[in-house]
Amino acid sequence: MSRVTRFAGRDPGPAARITGFIAHLRSNGLRLGVAEAETALAALTEIVAISPDESRRALRAVCTGCKEEAVRFDALFDSYWMDAGRVKQKVIKNKSSTISDDVHSSRDAKGQDSSGAGSVNAPDDTSGDAESDGTGKLISSEIRNLSRKDLRDLVRPDEIAEAEVIARRIGAALRDKRSRRRIAARKGDRLHFRKTIRHSLATGGEPVRLLRKRRPDRARKIVALCDVSGSMTVYAQVFLAFLAGLMRADTTADAYLFHTRLVRITEALRDKDALRAIGRMSLMADGFGGGSKIGPSLALFADTYAKRFVDGRSVVLILSDGYDTAPPAIMGNALAKLKKRGCKIIWLNPLKGWNDYAPVAAGMAAALPHLDLFAAANTLGDLAALETELAVL
Amino acid sequence: MSYNALQSDLAKQGYVASDDLAVALHLALSLERPLLLEGAAGVGKTDVARTLSAVRDTRLIRLQCYEGLDAAQAIYEWNYQRQLLTIRAAAEDGETGKTVEQRIFSREFLLERPLLAAITQDTPPVLLIDEIDRADEEFEAYLLEILSDYQVSIPELGTITAKSKPIVILTSNGTRDLSDALRRRCLYTYVDYPSRETELAILKARCPDVEVHLSTKIIGFVQKLREETLEKTPGIAEMLDFAAALVGLGIADLTDDPAILQSTLTTLLKTQSDQAQITPEVAGRIAGRAA
Repeated sequence: MSRVTRFAGRDPGPAARITGFIAHLRSNGLRLGVAEAETALAALTEIVAISPDESRRALRAVCTGCKEEAVRFDALFDSYWMDAGRVKQKVIKNKSSTISDDVHSSRDAKGQDSSGAGSVNAPDDTSGDAESDGTGKLISSEIRNLSRKDLRDLVRPDEIAEAEVIARRIGAALRDKRSRRRIAARKGDRLHFRKTIRHSLATGGEPVRLLRKRRPDRARKIVALCDVSGSMTVYAQVFLAFLAGLMRADTTADAYLFHTRLVRITEALRDKDALRAIGRMSLMADGFGGGSKIGPSLALFADTYAKRFVDGRSVVLILSDGYDTAPPAIMGNALAKLKKRGCKIIWLNPLKGWNDYAPVAAGMAAALPHLDLFAAANTLGDLAALETELAVL
Repeated sequence: MSYNALQSDLAKQGYVASDDLAVALHLALSLERPLLLEGAAGVGKTDVARTLSAVRDTRLIRLQCYEGLDAAQAIYEWNYQRQLLTIRAAAEDGETGKTVEQRIFSREFLLERPLLAAITQDTPPVLLIDEIDRADEEFEAYLLEILSDYQVSIPELGTITAKSKPIVILTSNGTRDLSDALRRRCLYTYVDYPSRETELAILKARCPDVEVHLSTKIIGFVQKLREETLEKTPGIAEMLDFAAALVGLGIADLTDDPAILQSTLTTLLKTQSDQAQITPEVAGRIAGRAA
């Protein structure tokens, strides 16, 4: 058990310490405002604040907002309040990616999302990675590639603009017809009582005009997962442009890259400057063109991000060739799990466009039963052609 | 009242709360803030509210959320049939439009739904907003006004402010990410599966007629079962059902009869693949290790 921090003699008092603690949490990625500091102080007056256990519990109830934060809270609490004699813990730079127009450090785009991997003091170690690109990368490999490719070499701005148009059309094609709530509409299927009664007042209670309401169409949320392993390098140009366009066209869309790891790139791609967004993404995607672990990446996605971002109104778009180094069962299970969240799964495979292509790769075969649509996509034109197929989904 | 007092009050009603949960509840009561409880299904989130209302001896108002829940079902709705009748009757009596309008848009014609009912009580009730993650995001926005200011705005009637601030408890299974705006207004606690000691205490409080020897076996078995990779991990309610089933069948030891043990597992395993995974051999092995 660590000792309670001894604060310096010139320390102004408990209020300042609490605000210091809130600042400490904030710099470690917890989203807290001024009101929380006030609530935290109020909370401490309601309990025996001298007892570390009790104040730890009280502050945890006030300062955390989700399970991930609650898990990280203990380490953060210890580093501030339970440290042996140091007034301030050396703070690890902001993990959450703040979108700022003029600051772009390579640090805040360091792949691993701030989902609480690693402790405050010991980030993940990375061992067993390849240092550079090899030749003959057509088979899938397990080795992560550490050489960094600048994706800006691959994608041109006019392509992004073109992709944006296509993404917008695809987004419009994907409409969810189910909704239990109704809104006022000229040709609705039900009576809108509230409005009808209100209008009938003028005619002495005779509802002359019957107003109606209907179920509105709901936009579907697109979640795109793009494979950027070695075997996909040739097609990356199209898909990355599509992702960039998608994120700019649709504010609710979500995007991920995977090779041997899974990286969430949504925040980076929301950058106002399209090419800079691609630049930020290439910083995050180190390992680009390396091995592929599709199954484990999808399993990780189903277990973590999907719980937060995928629901019955989502469409999960997987852009990959299906060449996986991991056992196919993992991919099958991951997709089954994903499917249970009620989403539609679409797999776009560039190889399907080839003559006599058959999904014989074991991973692809395992995935097939779980897919709502399995289609080919090599070019932006192919993606645009999908519009009609998506509309009937 | 310190949190220990609250904890023992809850225990008297048969709810064994962890220290984390008790402190959070205590703060929610004293700071008058809503409390958001998150955790897997079956860890006793809903029961907190039920027990709390029993402890405080107040009404429990429950709002079960589902997809498509809207203001008309959660907050208020006008009683259209009555309004229509009144307008017709008024027209025959020759009442003027202005007075009729005032009459039909008065509190008399308002159907209170749970949220409005909660803020119009004389004594503060416990308001349970259950499984908030099932409602859609738009509904969260409705909640914000009620949770931060304890008031409801009705266009025809004006703003109704709370007579007494209800004790609000929200539960979520984490099937969807809640908005930051909602999280910020609440205190937060993650409710995990209970530890061995806590779960023993729960079993003792709920089913006092289970023998000590059997109850340690039951808890050991369930705790070990939770370590297996199951689709649906058994919660506390399942554990209590399991105990009741064993007592009902008059079983003294889990390892006695594998066939009966297997048949009682239907109380713990709720999906087909989980039942296929825990074969009699696996169940026997777990029961043996739990001893």
